[in-house]
Amino acid sequence: MLYQMSGSIAVAKAIALCRPDVVPCYPITPQTHIVEHLSVLVKSGQLENCTYENVESEFASMSFCIGSSAAGARTYTATASQGLLYMMEAVYNASGLGLPIVMTLGNRAIGAPINIWNDHSDAMSVRDAGWIQLFVESNQQAVDVHIQAFKLAEALSIPVMVNMDGFILTHAITRVDLPEQEQVDQFLPPFVPRQKLDTEAPLSIGAMVGPDAFTEVRYLAHHRQKEALAIIEQQAKEFAKIFGRDSGGLVKSYFSEDADIVLVAMGSVIGTMQDLVNDLRNEGYSVGILSLRSFRPFPANAICNALKNAKQVIVFEKSFAVGMGGILASEIHMATQRFVGDKLIIKSVIGGLGGRTITKKSLRKLIDSANKNELDDEVFMDLDGTTVVRELKRQQEEQSSGPVAENILRDIGVVSASKTH
Amino acid sequence: MTKKEQPATDEQMIKFYQTGTFTVGNRLLDEEFRTVQATSERSNSIDSGHRACQGCGQALGARYALDTAMRVTDNKIIAANATGCLEVFTTPYPETAWSIPWIHSLFGNVASVASGIAATLKAKGDTTTRVIAQGGDGGTTDIGFACLSGMFDRNDDVLYICYDNGGYMNTGVQRSSATPGGARTSTSMPVGEHPGSSFTTGKFLPAIAMAHEIPYVATASVHDLHDLERKIEKAMSFRGARYIQINVPCPLGWGSEPAKTIKLARIGVESGLVPLFEAEHGDLTNSTKIRYQVPVEEYLQLQRRFAHILKPANVDQLETIRAIAEKNIKRYQLL
Repeated sequence: MLYQMSGSIAVAKAIALCRPDVVPCYPITPQTHIVEHLSVLVKSGQLENCTYENVESEFASMSFCIGSSAAGARTYTATASQGLLYMMEAVYNASGLGLPIVMTLGNRAIGAPINIWNDHSDAMSVRDAGWIQLFVESNQQAVDVHIQAFKLAEALSIPVMVNMDGFILTHAITRVDLPEQEQVDQFLPPFVPRQKLDTEAPLSIGAMVGPDAFTEVRYLAHHRQKEALAIIEQQAKEFAKIFGRDSGGLVKSYFSEDADIVLVAMGSVIGTMQDLVNDLRNEGYSVGILSLRSFRPFPANAICNALKNAKQVIVFEKSFAVGMGGILASEIHMATQRFVGDKLIIKSVIGGLGGRTITKKSLRKLIDSANKNELDDEVFMDLDGTTVVRELKRQQEEQSSGPVAENILRDIGVVSASKTH
Repeated sequence: MTKKEQPATDEQMIKFYQTGTFTVGNRLLDEEFRTVQATSERSNSIDSGHRACQGCGQALGARYALDTAMRVTDNKIIAANATGCLEVFTTPYPETAWSIPWIHSLFGNVASVASGIAATLKAKGDTTTRVIAQGGDGGTTDIGFACLSGMFDRNDDVLYICYDNGGYMNTGVQRSSATPGGARTSTSMPVGEHPGSSFTTGKFLPAIAMAHEIPYVATASVHDLHDLERKIEKAMSFRGARYIQINVPCPLGWGSEPAKTIKLARIGVESGLVPLFEAEHGDLTNSTKIRYQVPVEEYLQLQRRFAHILKPANVDQLETIRAIAEKNIKRYQLL
């Protein structure tokens, strides 16, 4: 049925349709509305046979998930940014133990400086944590991919993280087609755990593993992620059959096989890029987009396939590894080297950090530069160079130049000019 | 046992003190008063063959606690374990000493993991299976403190057992917030002006648990296993969050003879340094009276971790420890 609702409410309703047994949570912007609405659904009796608990921290929340999932419960939680970092040890533990927890990450920047707005630095901080990481472009995809996430997690007995841009998606009120309960039940069977704490069949979970078996256990985690590559595609087809729309898969191509310049990105920015590409193609530009919906497992083959005719690739990402550069860019580089070779030019663009607006105008400038073969290898889109130079100069001139963030806020006039320093 | 035959109060009518040493063999008791361990029907929740040190107080305490819980719940126990000695010595891959469903996740999250298990049982309508969380004092009073407090606050249906040996013994005897003042650890060596662990205000978790007003709090000691079993049984008669802290001597960390574990546990209690009591919903309901009070020196001199305290130069530390014992005796009405 069609609704106008915020992304968060839509996700909460989608989770309820998946009949979770246990939902622990801890508030953090911008995912809070999801778990708030789930609390209403449980407390009002609309979501039955579900234990909802507002616990005391994200670390407790993920630990709670570990206990409930190990005891055989379909388990869901949500977090973002600092919350993800606070639960980090348990995030690794959940995947190490092979527990099929589903978690929404309402993508948000990581501080300091504290910033509540959207980017992907939280998601990238757990890129090696062993979770499947899916990204969605729209709130409709958010609904659909969450339903697929439970099926995927439970098929492989590994946790799945659905990445959904904070504010841009979580807080946006858009049209959403919410599936019927019968459809979800048809797609998603009841949870049959691969391992379970059961007094009738006692087993130990979480034993100390030494050098004699650690490599094998870790390899199998890698192997399961590789298996996921096929299962994600297969489940996307199955989903389309039951729900009547395409809302999954490893990658989504938008003219990418048929373009000289291809933008590669993840998440809601794809919408802006599609608008731009429509304009540019009308003007005769040969441009396309490759949207990565699965970041872990990393769909190297699908990416190479989609980029096999491209001449220049612009990898756009909302985070970067400080001291190294674009994370996605370097992974795309590695994947394509093996299959496409050196002839593909790969440029890395970092943008949208801490919620900075990504405009068509700025993206167009990138394409124009690339078209003239003038795009730098590494670009920080819309970086205010004057402010950066001013702060660098200050640091050079004065050892005790003070905190960087506050200096810059003062420079650009956010902090009251009346303060003397 | 009919009600008439049952010991009327916590002060049991049976006298366990046969020899003046506070010990009594099971075989001297009527069958119904023997410990769970004395019966062939015991569950052996922690089976033999594990790798605890000789004289380990924790292995003893855990075995009695778990087997008792198994008996009173008709073998319906799921246990979660914090990282630490108990976890390590029971589950060296590919072996496990646990014959019950058991999970280990992390060092600081066992209370939350147990809460998650209890939440699943609630969601599935399983009212017979019960959950036990267990950890050492470091995993309880330090790194696991927030999760434990959250579990208390929500009154989750979990019995948390802390095996208190006063330090991080598994990692090589470092100081925890449960380490007694003055004790030598590898991060509080007996050097400098104030040798050993500093005398801080401490973090006595049973009192903190009481402040949460959870249904049941108790302290126990491995020298009195009947009392430990009784407290576990009582804890299992409550629903909601329960906390039992068991005093478990550690020969490695305390620098004591393995053969002295039971004696140390006993005189720790008899000196007043380890108060044994019970509390319900935040109120003290029972304390175990000291029968033959012993001076704290008698307790300290059996442990190398306190060797420096008995030297004349550190008499002020000895006085401080005496004062702690006296305060306990007064606060928990131990005499």
